[in-house]
Amino acid sequence: MIAEIGLAALWLAAALAALQFVFGAIALYQRDMTMLRGVRAVAVVQALLTATAFAALILVFLRTDLSVSLVAANSHVAKPWLYKFAGTWGNHEGSMLMWVTILALAGGAVALFERRLEDRTLIATLAAQATIGLGFYAFLLFASNPFDRLDPAPAQGNGLNPLLQDPGLAFHPPTLYVGYVGLSIAFSFAVGALVTRDVGAAFARAMRPWVLAAWIFLTLGITAGSYWAYYELGWGGWWFWDPVENASLMPWLAATALLHSVTVLATRDGLRAWTVMLAVVAFSMSMIGTFLVRSGILTSVHSFAVDPRRGAFILALLAIYIGGALALFALRVGTVREGSRFDMVSREGSLVANNLLLSAILGIVLIGTLYPLGIEALTGGKLSVGPPYFNAAAGPLALILVVVMAAGPLLRWRRDELRALARRLAVPAIVAVLALVIVLAVLPRAHLLPSLGLILAAGVAVASVAPLWKRNLRRTPLFTWGMVIAHLGIAVSLAGMASESAFTQETLVAARPGEVHGVGPFAVRFEGVEPVAGPNWTALEATLTATRGTGAPMEMRPQARAFWAPPTETNEAAIRTLWDGQLYTVLGKQAEDGRWQLRLWWKPFVTLIWAGGALVAIGGALSLLGRLLRDRRAAQRGKEWWE
Amino acid sequence: MKPKHQRLTLALLALAAIVGATLLAMSALRDQASYFYTPGDAIRDHVEPGRAVRLGGMVAGGSIRRAADGVTIDFVVTDGKQSVPVRFKGIVPDLFKENSGVVAEGAFDAGGTFVADTILAKHDERYMPPQIAGEMHKSESLKK
Repeated sequence: MIAEIGLAALWLAAALAALQFVFGAIALYQRDMTMLRGVRAVAVVQALLTATAFAALILVFLRTDLSVSLVAANSHVAKPWLYKFAGTWGNHEGSMLMWVTILALAGGAVALFERRLEDRTLIATLAAQATIGLGFYAFLLFASNPFDRLDPAPAQGNGLNPLLQDPGLAFHPPTLYVGYVGLSIAFSFAVGALVTRDVGAAFARAMRPWVLAAWIFLTLGITAGSYWAYYELGWGGWWFWDPVENASLMPWLAATALLHSVTVLATRDGLRAWTVMLAVVAFSMSMIGTFLVRSGILTSVHSFAVDPRRGAFILALLAIYIGGALALFALRVGTVREGSRFDMVSREGSLVANNLLLSAILGIVLIGTLYPLGIEALTGGKLSVGPPYFNAAAGPLALILVVVMAAGPLLRWRRDELRALARRLAVPAIVAVLALVIVLAVLPRAHLLPSLGLILAAGVAVASVAPLWKRNLRRTPLFTWGMVIAHLGIAVSLAGMASESAFTQETLVAARPGEVHGVGPFAVRFEGVEPVAGPNWTALEATLTATRGTGAPMEMRPQARAFWAPPTETNEAAIRTLWDGQLYTVLGKQAEDGRWQLRLWWKPFVTLIWAGGALVAIGGALSLLGRLLRDRRAAQRGKEWWE
Repeated sequence: MKPKHQRLTLALLALAAIVGATLLAMSALRDQASYFYTPGDAIRDHVEPGRAVRLGGMVAGGSIRRAADGVTIDFVVTDGKQSVPVRFKGIVPDLFKENSGVVAEGAFDAGGTFVADTILAKHDERYMPPQIAGEMHKSESLKK
């Protein structure tokens, strides 16, 4: 019964999306703005119905209703509660339903809260959002119905991929999806403004908070995903340039560029066409990512057994939406007058550099991700593009970008002097030189990229707080604080990446109980291996005692787990976080002579990578709060602040 | 600068950035993309030492030798006609065994031994990348 309610709600929501589009089109055609209220109401109800369908699916999973084939294929009676819940989106259909739910909720939120956009543009925006929704409702209902029944119902169910049976599943996918799909608002805003020829500073001010919100969630989702892969896979790495990771990085790069260009448009009314283009590109990257992950042409832990027709379906949607938006852009770009002028040495100039570099990195990642697919389609040859390519091609550009990031906020809008900039960058430059001396002394033969990373991180960290210099901190606007903290977060994260890459120490040994092995500053004593049991797995658990110098011993227990539904083995690394890094231990196989393989890593300051990511998101949140508060105060004064 | 000139400069800059990025990407791709080889392909094409490639085939029966350190193994990957010696230091996957499919990522050393950084063995196909599954299938079919 619950499944039927969910399916009915989904069909109704699809019908309302069609209605939302038709209402919007009529209102625009007849220039009848009284229909705005109707379009708004339809968008909100559509969001509620889709949310109902999603809630129904969650309920079906929580109750492990095995007569629903999706539950039977992906869940199991004897699974802990949390994974029954989060397992709702640990499969193809469920994750697509979550995708569509967020799309509808985003549209509903715009309908409820957006007050600054011109009425015509708002109607066009909501109609565009409904159009995206229609395609993906069709995809769900015709090619990926999550509510299909199974008769007769099996007794147990197949279970969830054990790699996904981790609390990370409850957090990473929803956060990432809110960011990923939240970018649809930027896309719809851009399409709406192109339709009504309303691209300008006011439009940018209306769009900015939505972009910012999506970007915050995207940042959090990527950071969480990186940490999850780091501790769950047991490989000691935090980014693998896996195509699926790239699929989440590409929208982030585009959204970051958009976030900066929309500021130029909002503050200085410049970069109009470019900003609209980026808004289209950002969500296009989300859709390309969805296609890559959900079509089954690439597989990793993220993609689930799928049939090829689905790939063709998503590809068709992709072609229609991206092609349509780009065609509209080409038609209307002539009517988008370019805004005000600026010097090359100015805040705008640095933001243009930021945008070009981000776009270049985006291009490099996109080419590297699609190249193997293209080669396979054209010649049938199989090849893989991995970290050596991405690091070599994107790494140097990222470092240049970081330098631009340090300089940009210290420049004035419209025009500035290089000499003045040099003066403002003097202190950060001195810090960077000091860091250079230290790096040369400590690491005479380190690789170029990590050394450069460490040096730049030091200089950029100082430069990013420089905008606060000599300011009254209590009267500094929240969004300035936000920018400072986000930029500082990038420097912190860069320091973590460089430190992990330059200083990590690894020990791989076969050990007998009682033996002591060293890794970095630690002596790790191998006590022995014991069997342990969990709710739906059994494991071999090693006990290790690690000591550094005369410090207190720390006990660590890495496991090799065997799940029985479905039968799979996973490694549970034991990780100890200290103030200056992490000790990471993995239990391997037992050799014929009875020795156990142990893999030990000491990773100094690796935690800074994710702490930096969190700082970036916090900076974004402060910035968003600052903008919203300022708008509210302005509204209470009865007029907009820029008037 | 006039607005028209500024727009032109920006467009040229954007073009230069895109062309630069594409050139950089293409040259890096030529050097860094790693191709799939069977032992026969690898011997025929004389894959140069140090180039990152994937080697796929069967683990030859009776060929797995464990070194005294307990973490290094030597084995032979074969396609039924030709074979390549492989060395790997690390923790092998659960289903790595003799007479079974394997895909190794790594590079040849100067002596002709393939030094693997990663070993992928046939495991539950539900969670296997299609590229690898395809290669694994190719490796398995070499048995016949």
